[in-house]
Amino acid sequence: MIVAQAAGDPRFFRWDWVWGHLDLIGAKVLEHLVLTGIALGVGLAVSFALALVGLRFPRTYQPITWVTGLLYTIPSLALFAFLVPVTGFTTLTAEIGLVSYTLLILIRNIVAGVQGIDPAVRESALGMGYGRRRLFIEIELPLALPVILAGLRIAAVTTIGLVTVTALIGKGGVGFFILRGLNRFFDTEIVLGTALSVLLAVAVDLVLVTTERWLTPWSRTRGAG
Amino acid sequence: MPEPMISLEGVTKVFPGSAAPAVDNLTLEVAAGEVAVLVGHSGCGKTTTLKMINRLIDPTSGRITVAGEDVMTVPAPELRRRIGYVIQQIGLFPHRTIADNIATVPRLLGWDRTRIDERTDELIALVDLDPALRNRYPRELSGGQRQRAGVARALAADPPVLLMDEPFGAVDPIVRSRLQDELLDLQRRLHKTIVLVTHDIDEAIKLGDRVAILQVGGVLAQHDSPAAILRDPAGPFVEEFLGSDRGIKRLSLMPIRDVPLEPGPVVSRAADPEEARAAMARYGVDWFGILDDGNLEGWAWAADLEQGPIASLPARSFRVRLGYDDSLRDALDTVITSHTGVAPVFDGERFVGMLTAEAISRELAR
Ligand SMILES: Nc1ncnc2c1ncn2[C@@H]1O[C@H](COP(=O)(O)OP(=O)(O)OP(=O)(O)O)[C@@H](O)[C@H]1O
Ligand SMILES: [Mg+2]
Repeated sequence: MIVAQAAGDPRFFRWDWVWGHLDLIGAKVLEHLVLTGIALGVGLAVSFALALVGLRFPRTYQPITWVTGLLYTIPSLALFAFLVPVTGFTTLTAEIGLVSYTLLILIRNIVAGVQGIDPAVRESALGMGYGRRRLFIEIELPLALPVILAGLRIAAVTTIGLVTVTALIGKGGVGFFILRGLNRFFDTEIVLGTALSVLLAVAVDLVLVTTERWLTPWSRTRGAG
Repeated sequence: MPEPMISLEGVTKVFPGSAAPAVDNLTLEVAAGEVAVLVGHSGCGKTTTLKMINRLIDPTSGRITVAGEDVMTVPAPELRRRIGYVIQQIGLFPHRTIADNIATVPRLLGWDRTRIDERTDELIALVDLDPALRNRYPRELSGGQRQRAGVARALAADPPVLLMDEPFGAVDPIVRSRLQDELLDLQRRLHKTIVLVTHDIDEAIKLGDRVAILQVGGVLAQHDSPAAILRDPAGPFVEEFLGSDRGIKRLSLMPIRDVPLEPGPVVSRAADPEEARAAMARYGVDWFGILDDGNLEGWAWAADLEQGPIASLPARSFRVRLGYDDSLRDALDTVITSHTGVAPVFDGERFVGMLTAEAISRELAR
């Protein structure tokens, strides 16, 4: 019944349907943001830990990128399929997948950011009596920030797209609409889900760009006066 | 010699994977308040030597003490906070303002805000930086300004020792010369113990109280005052390193004050023409200076004597005059370019005598 009702409508996009389901849309957008936020947060934490290991013990860097690179190449559909028997239809399953796709980009950018710092800056910092920890927190990290944030932007956009796939395991954020639309041949939901996903990606990217400008005032040229 | 501020005893550094040592059994002492310059060709181990003092590089063997303390017994960060460090690229922190950059070591030492702010202002004035630059980022400064900020940062916690690795290498010659003068001026006020690395022998001569000339492998070729090195180079390597204009370089270290001056063909206003002719004959010149009450008023040609008594002659003014503290290097230019081959020397306004080209070459031959 429902399927026939929806599919029978000749209009490509039904705004009235959208207005009638604002609560559901809001809830799915929020879920999308939460899934993305957790994935990026956990991804950053894990990446920092692994990047630190890679920076401190250069020999480990190669294997770390190798493993995370391998994770990155696994098709997302397959990854979730593998995980479901172990962790079920849960947020955990979704996040394991999402986080693993952020690692390669984030680790690479953290390491590249830190390694790209002018050696003279590091030398003068050490020469003035910085210890390793403070050197990392006060000097290396802020100076690597533009490169790290560039990585975070790519990871964020990628993750927002991938979240839609987790609809298959009962999550999915706005991907929920895409999947349901596909199932019942209802174009409005497919278009809505896709458009929202793209809009979210653009919005989050804008937020991150703004954050970067705000966090790195030193890299801007100041206007006269 | 009193207890040296810095001493290296038989210090050797062999980098892993290289057969020959970068620094080989180097023994060197730097007295408190002295500017010691390490100079030598590229790759001879100057930077390595400097970095072993603040432990950015650990020696393979030998002993280094700073203020009597073996550097290996002090935790490296603690040691480094007591030693100012300036490198060629300066390495200001791009993400911190000039004031924050200068405050680096005081912050590491945990000074309170007010004390840090006061000290920062003091240092900005000390190195002659425009206070308006206080809250600028390093990229907004010129090369010379960055260099001053780098020196201010190194001096922030008032360390007794300053290590400088080619500090003026990245600025153009005119700015370099001014920064060198400023460093000398600072040093006259602060009396730090400075070890400065350069590959420019002229900079070494200008800045060093003593200069250590290193040969490849960090072998000490000579360690002495610039004047002594220029006078008695310790072998063909040093001689070659000093260059063919070694004599001229020596002159730049000698003030006119140290050279015996000639009274010159000078007579007083009251003298009669015969006295003036005798004075000119003595020096083989056709002009004479006119003294009025001990003041050198000017000079006149022998031919002017025909016009009347000396007392009434108009005094021509000297186009060249030398100061008592000018170097013989400056004097040489003046004396050679004046067609008379002599130049009057003044101590302030007081005429002290004439400097001749012969006097300069006599001095060189000593
Ligand atoms: N970290 C290092 N590892 C291996 N070899 C090094 C290292 N640092 C310096 N060396 C070598 O040690 C020697 C001395 O180097 P050092 O940097 O002390 O020379 P320098 O006198 O400062 O030269 P320059 O005037 O070019 O700065 C060189 O042969 C150099 O290649
Ligand atoms: Mg060097």
